[in-house]
Amino acid sequence: MPSNAETILETAARLRRDVGGNLHDRLTEAIYADAGKIVARAVSSDEKSNNRNLEQTFDRLVTSRWFGFPLMILLLTGVFWLTIAGANIPSAMLGDLLQGTVYNWLHTFAAALNAPWWLKGLLIDGVYLATAWVIAVMLPPMAIFFPLFTLLEDLGYLPRVAFNLDRLFKRAGAHGKQALTMMMGYGCNAAGVVSTRIIDSPRERLIAIITNNFAICNGRWGTLILIGAIFIGSTAPPALASFIAATSVVAIAILGVIFTLLVSAFLSKTWLKGEASSFSLELPPYRPPQIWQTLYKSIIDRTLIVLKRAVWMAAPAGAVIWLMSNIFIGETSIATHLITFLNPFGLLLGLNGVILVAYIVAIPANEIVVPTILMLTLNMAKSGLAQTGVMLEFDDNAQIQQILTGVGGWTILTGINLMLFSLLHNPCSTTIWTIWRETKSLKWTTIATILPVILGIIVCFLTATIARLSGLI
Amino acid sequence: MTTQAKTISECGSCATSCNTAHLTKLGIKTGGWDYVVALAGNPNTGKSTIFNRLTGLHQHVGNWAGKTVTRAEGAFTLNEKKYKLVDLPGTYSLLSTSVDEEIARDFVLFGKPDVTIVVADATRLERNLNLVLQILEITDRAVVALNLIDEARRANLTIDERALARDLGVPVVPMSARRGEGVTELLNAVESVAEGKFPARAHRIKYADEKLEKAIETLAAELRAEFADLPNARWVALRLLEGDESIIKAVRLNQLGTVKEAGIFPSLVQIEAN
Repeated sequence: MPSNAETILETAARLRRDVGGNLHDRLTEAIYADAGKIVARAVSSDEKSNNRNLEQTFDRLVTSRWFGFPLMILLLTGVFWLTIAGANIPSAMLGDLLQGTVYNWLHTFAAALNAPWWLKGLLIDGVYLATAWVIAVMLPPMAIFFPLFTLLEDLGYLPRVAFNLDRLFKRAGAHGKQALTMMMGYGCNAAGVVSTRIIDSPRERLIAIITNNFAICNGRWGTLILIGAIFIGSTAPPALASFIAATSVVAIAILGVIFTLLVSAFLSKTWLKGEASSFSLELPPYRPPQIWQTLYKSIIDRTLIVLKRAVWMAAPAGAVIWLMSNIFIGETSIATHLITFLNPFGLLLGLNGVILVAYIVAIPANEIVVPTILMLTLNMAKSGLAQTGVMLEFDDNAQIQQILTGVGGWTILTGINLMLFSLLHNPCSTTIWTIWRETKSLKWTTIATILPVILGIIVCFLTATIARLSGLI
Repeated sequence: MTTQAKTISECGSCATSCNTAHLTKLGIKTGGWDYVVALAGNPNTGKSTIFNRLTGLHQHVGNWAGKTVTRAEGAFTLNEKKYKLVDLPGTYSLLSTSVDEEIARDFVLFGKPDVTIVVADATRLERNLNLVLQILEITDRAVVALNLIDEARRANLTIDERALARDLGVPVVPMSARRGEGVTELLNAVESVAEGKFPARAHRIKYADEKLEKAIETLAAELRAEFADLPNARWVALRLLEGDESIIKAVRLNQLGTVKEAGIFPSLVQIEAN
């Protein structure tokens, strides 16, 4: 402590009494008075403009009590519809190229080099195949979805969504700015957790951190879009398939918002009691998006970065999957042991052992869930078929569906519950680490990690039980 | 990151920046700088766009308030001088309390930047001036970037930037960072302030209260005697007179002038206690 600190503070206290109360207000008034004078001298406006009026009319519509939410859902459905309808063909082409042509070429090449079987397996059937899956499954939807989402962001739509949601957050005892941190989470939950710094109150900030995982991140959109397309979309007539699939993805996203609100309300009534604090949210002007910059930004800055991360994660995961499938304890592989062990619990939840193992392998990155599931399912099938040497080819959604239903024994319930579990499970390891870094609290990091999994188990168990009791499956 | 260092003069398409032949964008190579430049301003006024323009980096830019919550740093060289540029989270005022706003406040106050660029939204000038005036209370070495001037024009607002510069006592540069308009002028202004060529006489708020003025001076003198290298004794004195708890605590713990690192969660202990 500096020797004279207390003297200074005493002087300050004495002078404070001298200058009188409400100094803060007087200072603020002085600033505003000066600002007003300066602006009066420097700015002149021509009232003929009706630009602002148009914008205000539009804002009233977008944020209105009646049209706000339907418009939001419509826009979101439109975005996913374009994504799903547009991604199918390029996905099939990429799959054909990477898992067909290049894969076969690599095997021929390896055979010519006389590479040992385990090296071929580890590198081609493990590392390469997992990477190829990630690219084929994720690149096309991301390359369509991200630019569309970025356009909405540039336009200034996101703060309007936050404005619409503010009422609900307040009712849940949470901070209205949590809607903005949730928007950030739709890109990446780790970024979403960091963005909670805009919330002043530690109580409300913790709520925002714990519930950020209910905002579906980049790594999970791909899973939802694919599973929605092949399990939900396929139940509808072909003309409506993409639309129905898009609706199912939107439904999961909305469910995420509902869980955010419910868990926020629960937390603010129990462990994190308190009143919601008020704040002012600024609605930015609508800005005409710069199409080329948006494309560049969303392809280079988002799509490729997310893809790069996915590939980095998929390569070692591919090796792990191959090793798990090819190292035997007794008569069966490690993968089979694990899957058989987890299968009863998985089936109880309307999932299966493969899915649960995939979610363990995919803790570092949600992006690799679907490729892991497919590789494990195929490896299981191969060992079941007693290594017949038959190459299973698969290059579009219909074939992925065949693998999952035919080989993996999936039903529509498995598809729906995988979508639910994709929403409700632990955050990825990067996000967990970020939560720890932001809170420096073991307790809250653990709660933020475990709570969503518990919810996922409960919800999946309920849907599975209801489906079974009502005889749907 | 050498690929990100490219001279603007190489890109023939951007006519507006071609007279900035001496600008080299250095991306994140921030070591060994001559000047530190801070980018402050209200949320969503285009700080990150200006940051990207000058450094060649691709900080995520979004059309909403609260997008930048940490300090981002980048660098550029101009006429053989190296500048470190620090992009701060948006803030409406220097008197606020959330972590992101504290990061901005602490850096402007105690980071001792050589130049502070205050980005103001030309379409909402009056409200933006609130922060501009607060920053001018702290430092003479500032440049006001009057951004979004294209939107102001579209809204039929005419801004007399000379009158504004005269009143504020610092350079005012009308610009549209999105379109690359005014970037050269901004750099020229930053350079002249950094090198002390601009005779800055920043606007000071008139409190029209002799008793208050005297109190500020008495307290500021005591503060200067105790904390020799405190750059903003008057500002700190005012906060003490207001009874600002965080400043009182900083004086008591001798933490005045330390720039806090991001990511600290100050009152978590309090929550645990509840």
